[in-house]
Amino acid sequence: MLKDVSFGQYYPVRSFVHSLDPRLKILFLIGYIVAIFLAQELLALGICAAVLLFAILLARIPLGKVLRAVKGVLFLVLFTAAVNIFFHGGDKVYWDGPALLWEWKIFRVTQAGIMLSVFLVLRLFLLVIGSSLLTYTTTPVSLTDGIESLLTPLKWVRFPVHELALIMSIALRFIPILMDETERIMNAQKARGASLDSGGPAKRVKAIVPVLIPLLLSAFRRADELGDAMDARCYSGGKNRTKYKKLRFSWRDLLAFALLAALIAGIVVMYIFPVFPL
Amino acid sequence: MANALEYKDVAFSYGEGGFRMEHLNFSVAEGELVAVLGHNGSGKSTLARLANGLLTPDGGEISVFGTVLREKNLFDIRKQVGIVFQNPDSQAVASIVEDDVAFGAENVGLPRKEIGERIGYALRAVGMEEYRTATISRLSGGQKQRVAIAGVLALRPKIMILDEATAMLDPRGRREIAEVVKQLNEREGITVLLITHFMEEALLCSRAVVMNRGEIVMEDAPANIFRRGEELLTYQLALPRIGEIANRLRAGGMNVADALDVDTLAEEIAKCVS
Repeated sequence: MLKDVSFGQYYPVRSFVHSLDPRLKILFLIGYIVAIFLAQELLALGICAAVLLFAILLARIPLGKVLRAVKGVLFLVLFTAAVNIFFHGGDKVYWDGPALLWEWKIFRVTQAGIMLSVFLVLRLFLLVIGSSLLTYTTTPVSLTDGIESLLTPLKWVRFPVHELALIMSIALRFIPILMDETERIMNAQKARGASLDSGGPAKRVKAIVPVLIPLLLSAFRRADELGDAMDARCYSGGKNRTKYKKLRFSWRDLLAFALLAALIAGIVVMYIFPVFPL
Repeated sequence: MANALEYKDVAFSYGEGGFRMEHLNFSVAEGELVAVLGHNGSGKSTLARLANGLLTPDGGEISVFGTVLREKNLFDIRKQVGIVFQNPDSQAVASIVEDDVAFGAENVGLPRKEIGERIGYALRAVGMEEYRTATISRLSGGQKQRVAIAGVLALRPKIMILDEATAMLDPRGRREIAEVVKQLNEREGITVLLITHFMEEALLCSRAVVMNRGEIVMEDAPANIFRRGEELLTYQLALPRIGEIANRLRAGGMNVADALDVDTLAEEIAKCVS
């Protein structure tokens, strides 16, 4: 049951996007988010959406799977959009017709409100889909490697970059183990007559305690054992340590980088010289 | 020539009232495969942890190939003495087999190319080469322990200690590990200290020692030790059933040789009867 939870929801296929350097993908996502928020006209947002669609097709991930990522935030997005439509107000006119379209008591639907909502919905959707594309196409391990590499400059201010990356990768490694363990403990408690999924909220929270305590104890014991195993294998922190897996830029990365640069440049130009000013 | 591993008058305790070890003398020659038997709390894990400085003795000294273990050469000793622990699920650092095997080699700062070669060597030695890019959490217990052994092998140790490495495995996993251990000893010439409470595993070894309350109480060829079933019981160790039957047959006057599996014993009995 708990085992089926796939962390980071990596989607394993071979594709151009999968093979990109994880650092580049992280930077790409950051750049993309900047572009989304710089885009001030529908054409610019449309370009962002087109680029994302292109990336999804390149990544060979079924569209349905990508759209499922949106489901989690759908309610939030629609709620915010509705609030904006009914309460935003404003006199700006975007197309022929009155600025104020409909009014009842405190509710005012205006052209400006509708436009704002459209932008908001599009931006949030692009944001969520873009981020999930990163986790779909990058394994947790290379994601950590990428983060470690990107944070390397922080070593200059003595920030323990290597340790942080090791913590992240060990955490990822132990997720399936601790999930198994949780399930085992829950079954053991159920066998002793504990009812974990009945009763009111207060009762349920209370029922979790006998699961959490053994889980915590076992996690500490495992940490101890892992520490010994690491010591026995000569671990002594990041000093004088080499890395087997090196991240390398390839021509693919260069190509993707060019695409990102073009996108951001284009959006910035459109930000300064709008094509269809609103 | 200096012994591969030597404990000289070693004393150790976990504090007042707890486990104590006093005047322990024990040595292992290079290339030997030695079994250390004992019930829980007999001090066999302590023995392992003392060997590479995970624990520091209160008195006496431990030497590896003639070099006395000190704070300052801890690292060099650890490169030579590898330990594989009991729990297959709490030894791996990374999620992917090759990343985990690389961990030790990375720690000692080897160049990239050599790490790659050592991963290949270590995985070949434990028969896991086709699992190089597999996810560890999906492997069986025996496979996980083989990966753990490979992770130690990547440091190219001269001595390998298996601290109850088979205790949490099913019979099949235990057989896998026993096979790997034998090969490491015979083919790679690695000195092995096999710590276990499964008496059968001692049969792989040329010598076995029995520990009780931090002391070595028996030391002999495994076959000879198995003949002293009653004495073993006083140290809370029980012979496997087949060994016990063999002992009883002998007591009854049938001269069977030592056997720990059904087929060998059957053959022995057949020999005596005909």
